[in-house]
Amino acid sequence: MSLVVRGRAWVLGDNITTDHIISGKYKYSKMGRLEDMLPYVFADVIPGFYEKVRPGDVIVAGEGFGYGSSREHAARLLKMIDIGAVMAKSFHRIFYRNAINSGLPVIVAKRVPDVTEQGDIVEVRIEEGIVTNVTRGVVERVAGLEEPLLSILRAGGLVEYVKRHGRLPW
Amino acid sequence: MPALTMTEKILAKRLGKAPSPGEHVVVPIDYVYMHDGTFPLALRVLREMGMEDQVDPGRLILFIDHAAPAPSVAAALVHQEMRRFAKKHGVRLHDVGRGISHQVMVEEGYARPWRIILGADSHTVTLGAVGSFATGVGSTDAAVAAVSGKAWIRVPEQVRVRLSGAELPRGVMGKDVALKLVSVLGANGAIYKALEFQGDLEALSLAARLTVSNMVVEAGAKLGLFPVDELTAKTLLEKYDVEAPRLYPDASAEYSDELELELGSLEPLVAAPPRVDNVKAVAEVEGIEVDQVFIGSCTNGRYEDFVAAARILRRHHVRESVRCIAVPASRRVFQELSRDGIIDVLAEAGCVVTYGTCGPCLGAHFGLLGEGETAISTSNRNFVGRMGHRDSKVYLASPLTAAAAAVTGRITDPRSLI
Repeated sequence: MSLVVRGRAWVLGDNITTDHIISGKYKYSKMGRLEDMLPYVFADVIPGFYEKVRPGDVIVAGEGFGYGSSREHAARLLKMIDIGAVMAKSFHRIFYRNAINSGLPVIVAKRVPDVTEQGDIVEVRIEEGIVTNVTRGVVERVAGLEEPLLSILRAGGLVEYVKRHGRLPW
Repeated sequence: MPALTMTEKILAKRLGKAPSPGEHVVVPIDYVYMHDGTFPLALRVLREMGMEDQVDPGRLILFIDHAAPAPSVAAALVHQEMRRFAKKHGVRLHDVGRGISHQVMVEEGYARPWRIILGADSHTVTLGAVGSFATGVGSTDAAVAAVSGKAWIRVPEQVRVRLSGAELPRGVMGKDVALKLVSVLGANGAIYKALEFQGDLEALSLAARLTVSNMVVEAGAKLGLFPVDELTAKTLLEKYDVEAPRLYPDASAEYSDELELELGSLEPLVAAPPRVDNVKAVAEVEGIEVDQVFIGSCTNGRYEDFVAAARILRRHHVRESVRCIAVPASRRVFQELSRDGIIDVLAEAGCVVTYGTCGPCLGAHFGLLGEGETAISTSNRNFVGRMGHRDSKVYLASPLTAAAAAVTGRITDPRSLI
């Protein structure tokens, strides 16, 4: 899997919680069947998101993305919907771990989120640590990821890593 | 020997040296636990990895607490699967009615000072109140830890939170301390950090400390550690027959940041919707009508919480327009309350009483909110639609403040009723 993602931006603000991504109500009415939860992703915050999202789209958010419940469903569902990457000014730690374990690229950027408008084309280079708003010509150098997180992302998640290598990365 | 914080001491004991903040280290874990909300995905991960048969029954603990007893066939099927799994692999399962995981982890003595514990639930940080290095992870991390007995962690920066004041003012509880802390830090103010509480700790009972540690994750913190002092050791021994080794930071340990909270000037607080850090004095929101009151959850479902609520409910009936739902966090808490007549007080006041489910807090079952309804809740989150309809509202408060609203039908300063 290439760790360069280019796609349309879905712009969100600060403090997007895992409840915003997938509400506990749906989680407990569907009790663990991820496929059944897909249509409810962002249902309470972006009406029609599931119909409108396209593979490779990038979520661009503010501070504190992924606040709240430890439910990994939030990261998994974004990956299953084929979100290319999530860029935010900061992430809550459980979501961040879950995203990497699910093979969903996540990157912290401070400036690009401020200049990005809904539908702009953005590019994320995870390995080099470069994010670009292609539409507006803004480039930002950010911290890249370290091992073993890069290897997990390259494999497409921890499960895929273990399937491929027959062992855990640590 | 350098002076160490509590976080550093616990890690150094396992790693042979104190790691630096920001470093990634692989640590052995004592326990990992999951519940009916996070187990299904963990099982799926174990199966996809072909590792289901490798789970370590000495380390994994399962709880049925999020939707218990099963409110739907889908939940019943998850519970069935958990029972089958537990039996097949010899894994400990705390079934319907035993209680909410974080409370039972303390009662059963799994959570102790110096231990490293992961939970597939964000409120695992609760266990920091008894000196455990305890934090929440997702299902994949939990599944892998259940097999390998290890986890990678990023060593957190440590922040000293100094509490001052000999005792909490009248009408103020641990919950008000927790809300104040989250409001001072902000929802993102402690992301990835370990909070270590110091100072005048005698003002906080173990129950109050558990409430405070429980809510550190609402500021993004990875850990909320209290020293294990005489008070905690005595409580653990007397209540749960647990011998707790002491845990203190070194006096000259260095922290990346420091914060001071003066307990003596606190007043009853609420977190107004839809953010936990949107904290206001009760006086600012007094008079807002409520449809439902929930007293319970891993934040405030302990003995002391219901004793506090009963101070008001003993002398006043729940108002007719209000549903008051009381859910002690475990069977044990329920039995202690029953023994002391508190359950009767709650029932006679008009509360609906059950025990051992997380249900109402996350809108899973046992009291969801309708369109436009308002609840006051002793739980920990008030996000949009958290407890039901997307146009319902949740105010977070202490058991005293919640009980005051139950009897007046409006958000009310509890000091007027005690």
